[in-house]
Amino acid sequence: MSWVNAIIQGILTGGLYALFACGLSLLFGVMRVVNLAHGDLATVAAYVGIGIIAVTHVPFLWSIPIVVAIMAVVGYVLQRSLLQAAITRGELTTLIVTFGLSIVIENGLLQFFTANNRGIGVGSSLISSSFSIGSGLQIAWLDVAIFGLAVVVLLGLQYFLSASKYGRLIRAVADDREAAQLSGANYQHVFGICAALAFATVALAGIAYGMTTVVSPTTGTDTILLFAFAAVVIGGLGSLWGTLVGGIVLGVSQQIGAQINISYELLAGYIVFLVVLVIRPQGLTARRSQT
Amino acid sequence: MSVTTDATVRSGQDLKVTRSRRNVAWTGAGALAVVVVLALFPYIVYSGTTAIMVQGLIVLTLASMWNLLAGYAGLVSVGQQAFFGLGAYFILIPAMHGVSPFAALPIAAAGAAVVSFPLWWLVSRLRTGYFAIATWVMASAIMLFIEQIQSIGGGTGMPLPGFAGMDPTLLAAYTYWAALIVAVVAIGAVYFLLRSRLGLVLTAIRDDETAARSSGVKVGLARLLVFVVAAAGCGAAGGVLAIDQLQVVPATSGGVFSVQWTAIMAFASIIGGLGTIEGPIIGTAVYMILQQTLQSYNAWYLIILGLVAIGVAIFARRGLWGLLDDKFNIRLFPVGYYLWSPGETRRRQRAKGPAPVS
Repeated sequence: MSWVNAIIQGILTGGLYALFACGLSLLFGVMRVVNLAHGDLATVAAYVGIGIIAVTHVPFLWSIPIVVAIMAVVGYVLQRSLLQAAITRGELTTLIVTFGLSIVIENGLLQFFTANNRGIGVGSSLISSSFSIGSGLQIAWLDVAIFGLAVVVLLGLQYFLSASKYGRLIRAVADDREAAQLSGANYQHVFGICAALAFATVALAGIAYGMTTVVSPTTGTDTILLFAFAAVVIGGLGSLWGTLVGGIVLGVSQQIGAQINISYELLAGYIVFLVVLVIRPQGLTARRSQT
Repeated sequence: MSVTTDATVRSGQDLKVTRSRRNVAWTGAGALAVVVVLALFPYIVYSGTTAIMVQGLIVLTLASMWNLLAGYAGLVSVGQQAFFGLGAYFILIPAMHGVSPFAALPIAAAGAAVVSFPLWWLVSRLRTGYFAIATWVMASAIMLFIEQIQSIGGGTGMPLPGFAGMDPTLLAAYTYWAALIVAVVAIGAVYFLLRSRLGLVLTAIRDDETAARSSGVKVGLARLLVFVVAAAGCGAAGGVLAIDQLQVVPATSGGVFSVQWTAIMAFASIIGGLGTIEGPIIGTAVYMILQQTLQSYNAWYLIILGLVAIGVAIFARRGLWGLLDDKFNIRLFPVGYYLWSPGETRRRQRAKGPAPVS
């Protein structure tokens, strides 16, 4: 029974990992930017959520739209200023700038919030309780809710990009920036909107992580960035559904690893990641090879 | 370009290609003098000063290696702490079997280099940004793996044996010399590698990878070589850190597998100037000044260093040395070539001419 439990928990955690990976995929897909500060921005979102709840005493559910809105604005502004300046100077500069940002944010959080762990208190509502199937199979409503949220976000993004008018514009800019510009698209604004979307998902990921467990200043790189990346590579670059599959594979392998020995949890995830990298570098779901 | 010049170029008359526009004999002598003076430091300064300089020399070695990776081979690795940490463990493990930690330094370099082969095979499947995160995952996985091995300290680390009963002053001096030798060998290795065929190959790849590939340049092999050399250098630096701290701690902040080591080496080489050998030296000086001034304010020096690195990456892409070079046209370590125009002599160097090809 404990194995079934591990697999179910793994699938549910996989939803969270897919949520982590969403913003990373989006920025890479549209702007070819690999945002090394991705995880730290999610941690910032979690801290902003903690701060808002602590200061204004709003119910924790209300803090979610506030944080998402703040991070979306931050995303747009950061893209139009720093990230755009880096993109025009080339890939190396983009990596240096996002890595610099990552280290600055991490140490800034360390400086202002100390290395202590903090969590987002979800209170004693329905969402913090759990239900059981059969004997010994406990499933937290919160995990189910986050998995559902991840699926909704991925589904929504997929629909937005493939079916909506603005999504078509984004894909046009991603395919050929100059041609889109010649047709009248302001590609910098489109990039800004994309970054706002990506940062909104990053905010959701950060808050969701803060609710399920605790965050510390190093969570961003130790956990969120690396798991997001592993989910993206396992699932296949540039595919949102692949990301969900990758997240679930990562989550299940971690839980199975933890079942064998609690200290193998992270290692098991990385081993699966490396195996996929060796056997199928294009990812489990990708049809065409990585460019 | 006039017709006559073209004709001269074709006939190959009066043309000269040198490494630098200036005579480099005096810079070579100067470098030697600096190394000799640095080697005498334990006799002339307090051990507190040499202790700080050991840190500086470790950072210098690391920054030179990161510069070789990112500045010359275009490989942005944020997982170099893997090799740094492994270097520390390759000192610890022989020391536990009775090998002197100083004698184990070549083992640390060679060990890290050997480990880098299979890791390259894994991470080279991804390019640029995803390569960067893949190296990070690799470093995390190695740390988690090392933490599982209880006989070498597991997750808490271990003190370094082998120095029992040694005079602390002597130990400090030996540590300093070891750090100096590692740094000088690292910079020397980078210098001679870049002057060799590899330097030419890397320049060709940087300018146009597709063209280089189609001209028969083995791009993958060149990158592999750089990755292995950088791993060896970081391994040796990690070994020096183990000797300096007399312990090896894997995780937590300040541990050998902390990403802060990669942050420091990257920031130092970016601020100093990527793609020049002099850059990391200047960058290390900036790093040490900031770190020493702000060390009582915890993590602030890393925050400021990161902000400066971001600013430099955007506004002065060739770093501080690049600014100096633009103004005075100096190269302490000439690794490129300079083509003399017919009749041009050294005396005309102040005239506005084409920038040297590097």
